[in-house]
Amino acid sequence: MKNKKDLLSLPYFIWSAGFIIIPLCMIFFYGFTDRDLHFTFANIASITETENIKALLISILLALIATLICILLAYPLAMIIAGSKLKDSGFMIFVFILPMWMNFLLRTLAWQTLLEKNGVINTILSKLNLPALSIINTPYAIVLGMVYNFLPFMILPIYNALIKIDPNVINAARDLGANSLQTFLYVIFPLSIPGLISGITMVSVPALTTFVISDMLGGGKILLIGNVIEQEFKQANNWHVGSGLSIVLMLFILLAMGLTAKYDKEGGNYF
Amino acid sequence: MRSVAKKAYIVLILLLLYAPIITLVTLSFNASKTRAKWGGFTLKWYGSMFRNDAIMHALYTTLVLAILSALIATLIGTAAAIAMNTMKARFRMYFTAVTNIPMLNADIVTGISLMLLFLAFDAAFGFRTVLLAHITFNIPYVILSVLPKLKQTNRSVYEAALDLGATPVYAFYKVILPDIMPGIISGFFLSFTMSLDDFIITHFSKGPGLDTLSTKIYTEVKKGIKPEMYALSTLMFATVLILVIVVNYIPDADASKKQRSGKIIKE
Repeated sequence: MKNKKDLLSLPYFIWSAGFIIIPLCMIFFYGFTDRDLHFTFANIASITETENIKALLISILLALIATLICILLAYPLAMIIAGSKLKDSGFMIFVFILPMWMNFLLRTLAWQTLLEKNGVINTILSKLNLPALSIINTPYAIVLGMVYNFLPFMILPIYNALIKIDPNVINAARDLGANSLQTFLYVIFPLSIPGLISGITMVSVPALTTFVISDMLGGGKILLIGNVIEQEFKQANNWHVGSGLSIVLMLFILLAMGLTAKYDKEGGNYF
Repeated sequence: MRSVAKKAYIVLILLLLYAPIITLVTLSFNASKTRAKWGGFTLKWYGSMFRNDAIMHALYTTLVLAILSALIATLIGTAAAIAMNTMKARFRMYFTAVTNIPMLNADIVTGISLMLLFLAFDAAFGFRTVLLAHITFNIPYVILSVLPKLKQTNRSVYEAALDLGATPVYAFYKVILPDIMPGIISGFFLSFTMSLDDFIITHFSKGPGLDTLSTKIYTEVKKGIKPEMYALSTLMFATVLILVIVVNYIPDADASKKQRSGKIIKE
């Protein structure tokens, strides 16, 4: 670093080494050693224990479903907002981000009140003579919690990708005789893929790794891989197994990251 | 017909997003102590929350933590972004990768990695460890807010200032800083928000004696949330709402004033 200006990055260089790189190395160190600090693969292999593999598979399944629902809900919404007059669209986006200013735990907890046997939704349903909804403490409630919490993370990147599309490109397609469906399939959708991909990462990673949502809406009956890891650290105090499982979890995140790096060449568009 | 369908769709999604908010605001006015039934309208929780030491202390910790961590992250992050903007690709690659790790990695992994670090150094888990953790996950938000602004700045203006005899530091303050200020400010507020709302990383880096609002809510979930918590979060939500509206409204008023005075001079 010959340039004097580069010295400005020195504090961050030290900080990132100390609080990002070394801590990550610690996970690998604990993940590959036993309590006597001898090298072992046992912690990684513990993912194959019935309970753990079950938790991992349920987590992957629920995260996939939640991500898919988020895409289906967010894409049309982002298109509607992006298509509305420019002046409203900023306001609309604000309206969709605003709920995030209420504490995330309380918002998730509020779904308990809404979904309970004698909760708000069932009271309304019974007044309308409709059958009661009993999804609290089931995987459905967890998926609902995931969709609810992470939907804005899907709306924003898709919206950002859509408003960047040059209207002239769309007009050109129309001039050349494409109908609305063709314009969407061959012009708009391909151009929105970077936004879609970063939305998928931003939703699937927290959904895959959450332990709070399953704790609050699953009634403690359904363990996700996040719950298993949290318990290893906070209750069992077995940092070695916890680290081993975290490494497995990171492999899945890396998979998602690889996808993002491949498609989202612009980078840095996380907000 | 189509626009009606579009509006209905937006309303439906908004209903999904705002149902919990409405529930929480309603609960803050609920006279009954349990959230299961409605016991009539009351404002008593808004009074008693100020007398609840545990909640007030958690609020104080949360706010101090958010301000301090956002401030320090803004300083380190802005300095790093300025260097990254003109750095050789080789070095920049390191910083880009390191900035993306906390953004893309799961919070639980970031949390436990820091917990392992603090354990290894036998650090006393408490305010300091949480502060270090919050600064760590806030720096990337600052960098990602400032870097795009730096890329938009016009280098020739800075060079012109140097040609006209300004020292690099003076030229930086007079030319570059005003240009990137909006990025710095939004990085600060983004960090502040992230710190305010964080639960997972705090959960792993805090000690038993310390509570932020999030960790306090988490421990209360099992025992039943105190109604004062609903009152406090409603109040915080309303504060943010009002602040955002005011901040968005004032520049508008300012601009229209300028426009008017401009017209007057012309006339």
